[in-house]
Amino acid sequence: MSHRLLSVSPVDIAIIVLYFFTVIGIGVYLKRYTKTGEDFFLAGRQMTAWIAGLSFVAANLGSLELMGWAASTYQYGILAAHWYWIGAIPAMLFLGIVMMPFYYISKTHSVPGYLKLRYGEEARVFSAITFGVMTVLMSGVNMYAMALVLHVILGWNIHVSIWISSATVCAYVFLGGLTSAIFNEVIQFFLIWLGALIVAILGLTEVGGWGGLVARIHQNFPGKDYTHMWIDLGSFSSNPMGIQWTGIVFGLGFIISFGYWTTDFLVVQRVLSARNLHSAKMAPIIGSGFKMALPFIVILPGLLALAVLPYHLLPANLAHGAPSYNDVLPLMMGRYLGPGLLGLGITALIAGFMSGMAGNVSAFTTVWTYDIYRALIVKRASDQHYVKVGRWCTIIGVLVSIGTAYFAMQFQSIMDYVQALFSFFVAPLFGTVILGMLWKRATPKAGFWGLLVGTLSSIGMWTWVKFDPAALRYIALSPHAKTMAQDMYQALWSFIICVIVTVAVSMATEPKPKAELVGLVYGATEIPSEGHLPWHKRPIFWAAIVFVILVFLNVVFA
Amino acid sequence: MPNEEQNNSSGRIAIWFFVGLLLAVYGIIIVVTGLYYLGSPPSHPAVLANLHPEIWWGAVLLAIGLFYVIRFFPRKRL
Repeated sequence: MSHRLLSVSPVDIAIIVLYFFTVIGIGVYLKRYTKTGEDFFLAGRQMTAWIAGLSFVAANLGSLELMGWAASTYQYGILAAHWYWIGAIPAMLFLGIVMMPFYYISKTHSVPGYLKLRYGEEARVFSAITFGVMTVLMSGVNMYAMALVLHVILGWNIHVSIWISSATVCAYVFLGGLTSAIFNEVIQFFLIWLGALIVAILGLTEVGGWGGLVARIHQNFPGKDYTHMWIDLGSFSSNPMGIQWTGIVFGLGFIISFGYWTTDFLVVQRVLSARNLHSAKMAPIIGSGFKMALPFIVILPGLLALAVLPYHLLPANLAHGAPSYNDVLPLMMGRYLGPGLLGLGITALIAGFMSGMAGNVSAFTTVWTYDIYRALIVKRASDQHYVKVGRWCTIIGVLVSIGTAYFAMQFQSIMDYVQALFSFFVAPLFGTVILGMLWKRATPKAGFWGLLVGTLSSIGMWTWVKFDPAALRYIALSPHAKTMAQDMYQALWSFIICVIVTVAVSMATEPKPKAELVGLVYGATEIPSEGHLPWHKRPIFWAAIVFVILVFLNVVFA
Repeated sequence: MPNEEQNNSSGRIAIWFFVGLLLAVYGIIIVVTGLYYLGSPPSHPAVLANLHPEIWWGAVLLAIGLFYVIRFFPRKRL
């Protein structure tokens, strides 16, 4: 035990310990129901729309969502909410309404599995390997962030925290597979909301509502605007993020967001566990409603910190042991939560980290077992054999993640690191998947080459800027662009390059016969009609409601 | 909220029951803690501690928890 930010009471510790026992207990309970490969890797395809939808959002609620975005809000203001609204909601609705039928009807077990069906083995293996790399890196980042929180808040040794938390996640995923991960994600979802919501409620009470919050921020930071989402995005130099509206709309809102929410198997796997197509379509729409509300518990604490803290926080690399941006959420919890509630708040943070980590581990396990091990190493074995491999893979995945966590310690900004990862793999993958789903002419060779060249171009741009920071002006088209803008434009270019290569190669190579595209591509797939459902049960109705609220929120906070 | 059968086809207890159980236990712990500190306030109280958030937020947790426990209590399948 060394430095600690908060003092926890025995009752807080009891609440945290009870949580750890509960998640492992659920894993033990579910082991008896996890017998087949479909049980372990796809939760038996038995989940309701609500379970799949909540799990879909919770799996994304890793360390970055809670600590990271509260910190980013303190740094950039309400601009951070773009990652929750335009940077998530349209993509989630698009997944539910447009893409889910193809994923679900094709009966694929994974996104690389879809690429195998649509394009062939080369695209699948490349995608599976890049996904595996990205997933263990993400998992390591999550793990490091959790250990850092436990160290800062509780004074726990960072290495002990990494091993205890990862062992817990490993135990429950090993025992119950995806079912266990999803069950725990639903519990984690409730804990995150109930543990963090009270901070926002008490904070708003202290400052006297939204009007009081804005007034206090203006008083503490004269001349700076932290409370508008759009009016400062006219140029790169007029906002603290150093980004222009085109980067937010096209780079984040279209490419990064659609890439992540529609092709990242971590989240798509939760929806594939739904028990029928209607549930699979509704799950992302339900998830989008809760995602849209998350700024209330993530962004608002960051803004409250700007309003109520009697001192100004610094970036972690300049804080020299003093509280930094990254400590915003724990600081606000320490401010408002007394004994008992503080335990609940800390449990919310731990639950967020665990849900993110379990999401990565279970997705990695599925892709490794089905898309690498079964595709390349042992092609014909019993279902039980693959379940056993999946279980062992869980342990290996966690061990690799632990190694990655130590690697992540070398990076000053976790956020930038993850954004870089997204743009390496996710943006080109979105180009490949969406062309595969919507364009019958896309050929197997084009799918592979588009994905490969798009990914290499992204890595190339990142490396270029790494060695020559001045190169950013060419990628983001402005000398005033900052790191966040680099990620947006890098994703945009890599997507465009992927699409151009895919189209060009498709024109020069032989397409698949139409019979082989049934169930995979628009125009060759019969999508079940929902005309028999009453209007209030149709996914498109709820998607429209969510979209209208999204527009309304953006106008109100413009 | 979830329109799910009490337990699914495999006889598994619904996830909502576990959610309710944990929230109910947390609610009881937090309410009791709040009541205890009502009599002997902590030496360094949190901001707005005078509103006693432990008591009413704990009660909210307990109410949500009890709703799910009762609604999804495991019953024998016929």
